[in-house]
Amino acid sequence: MSKIGVFICHCGENISATVDCARVAQAAAEMEGVAYATDYKYMCSEPGQQLIRQAIREHNLDGVVVGSCSPRMHEPTFRRACAEAGLNPYLCEIANLREHCSWVHEKGEATTQKAIDIVQGLVEKVRRNQPLTPIRVPVTKKALVIGGGIAGIQAALDIANCGHRVILVEKEPSIGGHMAQLSETFPTLDCSQCILTPRMVEVAQHPNITLYTYAEVESVEGFIGNFKATIRLKAKSVDEKKCTGCGLCTTKCPNKKIPGEFNEGLGTRTAIYVPFPQAVPNKPVIDKEHCNYYQKGKCRVCEKFCPTGAITFDQPDQFITEEVGAIVVTTGFRVLPTSFFPEYGYGRYKDVITGIQFERLASASGPTMGEIRRPSDGTVPKKVVFIACCGSRDPAKGIPYCSKICCMYTAKHAMLYQHKVHDGESTVFYMDIRAGGKNYEEFVRRAIEEDKVNYVRGRVARVYERADGKLVVRGVDTLLGAQQVEIEADMVVLATAGVANPGAEELAQKLHISYDPYHFFAEAHPKLRPVETNTAGIYLAGACQAPKDIPETVATASGAAAKVVSLLSQDDLVREPLVAVVNRCAPPVYSTCVGCFLCQTACPYQAIEREEIKDRQGRVIKTVAKVNPGLCQGCGTCVSFCRSKAIDIQGYSNEQMYAEVNALLNHE
Amino acid sequence: MKETGFYPGCSLQATSREYNESVRALARHLSLPLREIEDWNCCGATAAHSMNHELALALPARVLALAEAQGMEEIVVPCAACYGRLATTHHTLVTDETLRQKTCDTIGMEYSGKLKILNAVQWIEQYVEPLLANAVTHPINRKMACYYGCLLVRPHKVLQFDRVEDPQSMDRLCALCGSEPVDWAFKTECCGAGLSISRTQSVGRLSGAILSDAAERGAEAIIVACPMCHSNLDMRRPAANRSLGQKLDIPVLFITQLIGLALGIPRKELGLDRHFVPVPQW
Amino acid sequence: MDENKAAFEPRIIAFVCNWCTYAGADLTGTSRIKYATNVEIVRFPCTGRIDFMLLLKAFAAGADGIIVSGCHPNDCHYTSGNFHARRRWIVFRGLLDFLGIDVRRIHYYWVSAAEGAKWAEVVNQTVAEIRELGPYTEYKKVANYIEETEAAHE
Repeated sequence: MSKIGVFICHCGENISATVDCARVAQAAAEMEGVAYATDYKYMCSEPGQQLIRQAIREHNLDGVVVGSCSPRMHEPTFRRACAEAGLNPYLCEIANLREHCSWVHEKGEATTQKAIDIVQGLVEKVRRNQPLTPIRVPVTKKALVIGGGIAGIQAALDIANCGHRVILVEKEPSIGGHMAQLSETFPTLDCSQCILTPRMVEVAQHPNITLYTYAEVESVEGFIGNFKATIRLKAKSVDEKKCTGCGLCTTKCPNKKIPGEFNEGLGTRTAIYVPFPQAVPNKPVIDKEHCNYYQKGKCRVCEKFCPTGAITFDQPDQFITEEVGAIVVTTGFRVLPTSFFPEYGYGRYKDVITGIQFERLASASGPTMGEIRRPSDGTVPKKVVFIACCGSRDPAKGIPYCSKICCMYTAKHAMLYQHKVHDGESTVFYMDIRAGGKNYEEFVRRAIEEDKVNYVRGRVARVYERADGKLVVRGVDTLLGAQQVEIEADMVVLATAGVANPGAEELAQKLHISYDPYHFFAEAHPKLRPVETNTAGIYLAGACQAPKDIPETVATASGAAAKVVSLLSQDDLVREPLVAVVNRCAPPVYSTCVGCFLCQTACPYQAIEREEIKDRQGRVIKTVAKVNPGLCQGCGTCVSFCRSKAIDIQGYSNEQMYAEVNALLNHE
Repeated sequence: MKETGFYPGCSLQATSREYNESVRALARHLSLPLREIEDWNCCGATAAHSMNHELALALPARVLALAEAQGMEEIVVPCAACYGRLATTHHTLVTDETLRQKTCDTIGMEYSGKLKILNAVQWIEQYVEPLLANAVTHPINRKMACYYGCLLVRPHKVLQFDRVEDPQSMDRLCALCGSEPVDWAFKTECCGAGLSISRTQSVGRLSGAILSDAAERGAEAIIVACPMCHSNLDMRRPAANRSLGQKLDIPVLFITQLIGLALGIPRKELGLDRHFVPVPQW
Repeated sequence: MDENKAAFEPRIIAFVCNWCTYAGADLTGTSRIKYATNVEIVRFPCTGRIDFMLLLKAFAAGADGIIVSGCHPNDCHYTSGNFHARRRWIVFRGLLDFLGIDVRRIHYYWVSAAEGAKWAEVVNQTVAEIRELGPYTEYKKVANYIEETEAAHE
């Protein structure tokens, strides 16, 4: 026989004005299982709480119902009061007599009766409550950052500066990402590398950061606070400990005509290479696909010239395992290549380039040393056409979203071009100018007004090369009554859409994080949890979520870092025990779970695991579901999926809810 | 060998008789059986589908139903406009069951939608191309500009033929005939199409741009697979020349004529003497 | 008959999620918007948790009508629970109909934490509609039938 205490609060007059509180308490006292019932003016006040504590002790109560305001308001207060009196806090329930009753109904019999019903429902529920203890999960105080662009660099530095260890994994031979490729940055036109490279060096030298370049995450297991990541260190064929980074090998390598990734194919590199002069680490790797020795078995020139004997052709890929408490995904994005656009020549025209290629042309360290020259013949283009929204905002191309950064960088490109080629003429075809951001609109106005960039509002239907090599851009000017315009150009720059990286889907599946139809990673909540994923302990930053500019990328990176730091600053994670559990019972049944794993398909958090029940010989008798309490968020979707009622959620169990519903209706 | 149904359409009976003649000459020369659909009617062309949606479906649907009723599994439609209408109608009828039933009621015939519809290039690719390597006796070692026009490749969603910009199929066939296809920019630009009579000047301007780009890139002939394209580029040459302010004598050949020449079929059988712009002896 | 209807006070159970509708109903309270007393609210973590057996239990216990309400699509605190609930409702509705249970007695809504006024409307509208339908006696017939058949099998 349970001994429930019921405490009805008047809330000053907020409840008592329309509800006869004394009568509610009286009615409660007569309910089955209720050992004590009273009413009081302010239950949440110290004397009110004292009253509860005292009653628990005096009447040896094993459950409490407080009829007061919404549980969203004072549930923690009253549960704490119960705990102080030695009652398990999860044996206390709140009957919402204020928001759901006294405030929304007129004074009268029906209102008081409803209050009694609400109390009755919760009395029946609380009789079936189980004492619960908060879940404690230990935390490994180390973070893994995947991707060494500006987002990863920022996140790693922020976490490391708070005193936590960070593993930074980058798949290219150097960190830096797209930002290292940029010439100047909008809206200030400060040099990208000048602001980025000091940070790259800081990462390399930071005592708390372990940097793995030319490495990829192979697999991730575990859950918040307790991840285990396997990382593949791709063979660099260069012993990093012996290599001094002198660079002699790269000057001697006979294979010099490989289109360089860093220069977006506009410059060349050797088979043993450092992607760019400021690379971190500044040590070369051998690209096996282009190396004469790996492909044809002959050469080894680099080995011959290396003064420290650092070349190791037989180096295998290595696998290492790191235990981490949190993961930040900062894998970035890519822009579509020109070959994606049939109407602009399928990438056949050398002087039709992408925005990122233009960045390399404009970069002081680029293949033209910062002079704007045509890739085809090296001449300075006198007329350049920039086409915004190439692929973006075009459902027919499968990219209905806005790539966000193109309006700004196109204005920047046109501006840089005008600064570098004084007699040049530049035209921008645009749909709309989206310059929302600090000093952004002013920047675009400057391009139009001061640098005399010709902005034409309209789409470009075709770009083709005439027999004499001139590019013809045929478009429409919608501000001139949809007039057709044809412009001859020496170079055309396409602001191609920003899209997810090719491996994004695969990585998302490895990490069990969700992604949108365009393979960008999905945040837990678009507004309130913008850097978290649905998988606890995994965070996002930068353009792997959606195209983002540098300030926003850095802001999300610092945001993700703050989340990681607050997680890693705890020794144990304490979580509400309101999670799902799969029942266990005596042999030969073991559990009513039949192992259909429908719950697994229902769970948005991958919290359902498979557990094998074995006999003494180790033979599997039955495979049943098991909930990982570290991952379960307590939504209960699995409960209604379960066909054998084997899974139930603590605090909202079927038994409790049936009892509550029955009690609410159980009167005439 | 499997018999292929043949739908000539009106152009192939009139302005483009040489297209008809050259298709049949190829078939004859290579022993490819063609059987004309009996009692065929107009495909509706541009006129029907800009005026009356039902009629625009019913006319081609009758042709398709006839072919099916006459036991054909596939038909070749050399005229690109007819091909477009027939293929689009086929696509509509197989994707919209209500419309299919309604249209069948209108024409009083059944159409199951199992028919395969080929344009001239597809027919060549399927039946002629495998034989070409051995059959070419007179390789035409000239530079050719292949002009696809609009109807052969569009709408891409329905036709699913070649690449919509910069198509390649005729270029490949040219190369097999010993010619060198030029890479040019006007492969799918508009020739002016049906405005040929009502606004000849516009056709002259549009066709002129096509002709001059081909000529500038050194092409010695333009290869087409559409009667409309052919008549605009060939018959409307005076208007084009007027628009360009120069006289261009670059000839325009149907792809079937080019292949016919490479196979050594006499010029007369290919109808080469019917052109306005004379085709030189290669 | 009409007099009876006017005198009839339907009993309605509202199954709501903790994050949107429960909070929305709290807002109705803080906004002091009045609504009918006929609805009792039962709090769940998520509409995805609401096992439709509970709905049948509520009818069996004498409910005349039921409200199920949660977050709007894409606003679910748990990402997808409300989608599961919606899908389940679509399937379950057909089943109820087949069983002879009047689906007009179950009202499915989305009420967000900001829609206090909407919650009051939802309640009043549902109460009015259920009042129009009258007491739900048919369910008892069904329940009795099931009991009888079970008894016959035994």
